[in-house]
Amino acid sequence: MIGAIKTTSLLRFSSVTSISRSISTLILAEHDGGAIKSQSISAVEAAKSVDKQTSISLLLAGSGPSLQQAAAHAASCHPSISQVLVADSDKFTHPLAETWARLVQLVQQKGEYSHIITASNSFGKNILPRAAALLDVSPITDVIAISSSNQFVRPIYAGNALCTVRYSGSNPCMLSVRSTSFAVSVDLKSNEAPISQVDLSTFDEDFVGKSRYINHTAQVTERPDLGNAQVVITGGRALKSAENFKMIEKLAEKLGAAVGATRAAVDAGFVPNDLQVGQTGKIVAPKLYMAFGVSGAIQHLAGIRDSKVIVAVNKDADAPIFQVADYGLVGDLFEVIPELLEKLPEKK
Amino acid sequence: MKILVAIKRVVDYAVKIRVKSDKSGVETLNVKMSMNPFCEIALEEALRIKQSGLASEVVAVSMGPSQCVDTLRTGLAMGADRGIHVESTAALYPLTVAKLLKALVDVEKPGVIILGKQAIDDDCNQTGQMVAGLLGWPQGTFASKVLLDTEKQVATVEREVDDGLETLCLDLPAVITTDLRLNQPRYATLPNIMKAKSKVIKKYTPQELNVEVKSDIEIVEVTEPPKRKAGVIVSSVDELIDKLRNEAHVI
Repeated sequence: MIGAIKTTSLLRFSSVTSISRSISTLILAEHDGGAIKSQSISAVEAAKSVDKQTSISLLLAGSGPSLQQAAAHAASCHPSISQVLVADSDKFTHPLAETWARLVQLVQQKGEYSHIITASNSFGKNILPRAAALLDVSPITDVIAISSSNQFVRPIYAGNALCTVRYSGSNPCMLSVRSTSFAVSVDLKSNEAPISQVDLSTFDEDFVGKSRYINHTAQVTERPDLGNAQVVITGGRALKSAENFKMIEKLAEKLGAAVGATRAAVDAGFVPNDLQVGQTGKIVAPKLYMAFGVSGAIQHLAGIRDSKVIVAVNKDADAPIFQVADYGLVGDLFEVIPELLEKLPEKK
Repeated sequence: MKILVAIKRVVDYAVKIRVKSDKSGVETLNVKMSMNPFCEIALEEALRIKQSGLASEVVAVSMGPSQCVDTLRTGLAMGADRGIHVESTAALYPLTVAKLLKALVDVEKPGVIILGKQAIDDDCNQTGQMVAGLLGWPQGTFASKVLLDTEKQVATVEREVDDGLETLCLDLPAVITTDLRLNQPRYATLPNIMKAKSKVIKKYTPQELNVEVKSDIEIVEVTEPPKRKAGVIVSSVDELIDKLRNEAHVI
C-alpha cells in the first residue's frame, strides 16, 4: 500500500492510476473551557471535502481536566471523527508554536497521515508553517475550496484574485482552511470515537522553554464571536471616538450581532484589535454585514467578500464601499443609527 | 548584535490588480511595485532597535530577480547598513525562502531575524514561522510590541491574536514577524537616499548557498473571484429596513 512507503521523494500518483491512495487526515484542533472550538470542526468538514472516506484523527493538546473534558466533547462532536489523540502535559498549557510543531512532527512520524488540516486562525497560522518546515513540506494556507485531494483554491492579493494550487510533494499535504468556507452542519449525531493519549516520552526538551507565555489580555463580551456570527455591524474611523462606538454596540445588541471594526478604528484606539475585519484581521461571512462610516479600502473588503448581504452607510457618495454594497444609504451615521435603533424590532 | 531583516518587493498596496487573461497570474508589467508594507514595518523596528543601542548592524535581504535591488536600495535609504540580494528568476515559495534565509543565518549569525507577517501579494503568512522551525529558534509572530533585553538575551513580544493580545518571552536568537500596529515606518530622507547609493549589496545565488530551488507546489491557474451583483442605493432608513426584511430576508 502506498501509505507504507516513507521516503521524502515519494511521488504523488495522479488520479489517472488505478492504485488507490490511502487518505488519512490529522486535524490540529483547539479547545476552550472543556469543549472543542467550532473552527476546528470546520477543519473536519474540510477533511471530508478532501476525501469523503478519509479517516479523521483529531489532535488536542493541553493539560488538566479541561483537556480531558474537551477530548470527550471532541469524541462525539462529529460523526466523521475516527479517533481523538490527546497530548497531556504542562508543556502544552499554552498553545506555543515551538511545542505544537514538534508535537505534530512526532504524531505524523507515528501516524503517517496523508493530510494535516487546521483552521486558518491565529493558532493555525502560527503553528502550521513551522510544523511544515520540520516535515520539509510546503503547506497551503488559507484554503477556501478543495478541488481534490491535492488541488486547492486560496485567495491572493487581499482576495482580489483566486489561486488554484496543486500539491505535488510527499505526505503529508498540510492545509489551513478558512472556517467561513467550510460550514459545519448543525445536526450532527455522532458515536463516541476512541480517545488515546499521545506517547510523549520521546518529546525532547530542546526548544521547550525557549518561548514562555507571559500573559493574555482578552475583552469579555456578550457579543457573538466575529468569526461565526450571522450578523456583523462594523464601524469605521467616522465614529470619531470610543464613546461613539457604543452606538455600534447598541445596534449589534439589537440585532444579536457581533461588532467589527476597520483597521483605522483600531489604530485610532476606538476598539481593541480583535475586532479588526480585513485582509490581515478577521475574515467574516455573515448573512448580513452592515458597515457604518467605512470607506471600503481594498484591505477591508478582503475580509467581507463572502457576506451574503452587505449594507453600507456613509456620508460620502463616492466611497468605494458603495461598489460592493447590496444596499447603500448615503447619509450621516449619527442620524441613521439612532433611527435604525428606533425602528428595528428587538432580536427575538 | 546583528539584525537580519527580510524584505519583499510586491505590487503596491494601493494598486487595483488585474488578473491576466491567460489565467497564469496577476498582471505586474508596468504596475507600481513597492516594499511590502509589513516588511517596511520589520525594517523600521530593526532600525529603532539599532538606534536604541541594542544592535550594531541591520542587514536587509531580498530574494528574486534583479529588480529586488531597487527594494534593497529603499531599505538602505531608510537606514539599513548592508544589503543582500539572493538572485533567482525562478518562483521562490516560502519553504525555499526559509531555507535560503537559514543559509544566510549560518553566514551572518544575527541575534534576531525580523520579517513582515505576510506579503500582500500571496498573503501566505508562512516564511517567518518556517525559518524559526528550520533554525529551532523561538518565534514571536504578529508582533504589535517588541522589547529587547540584550543583557538577559530575551525578547518580550506582544502579539495580536484572535481574541486579543498575547505576550511571550523569547530567548535570543529569535524570529519575529511584524503586524501592522508595531510601528509607523519612516520615510527615506534625500540625504539618506544619496548615502544609500554607496552602501554595499552583496549578491548570492541559491547554488552558492547550497539550496535547491525546487517546489512541491505549482500554480494551476489564477482567476478573478465571483463578482457580486450590483447593489442599489436606498433613500431612507425606512426603505433600507423594508428591503432587508422583505427582499433580502436577513432581518
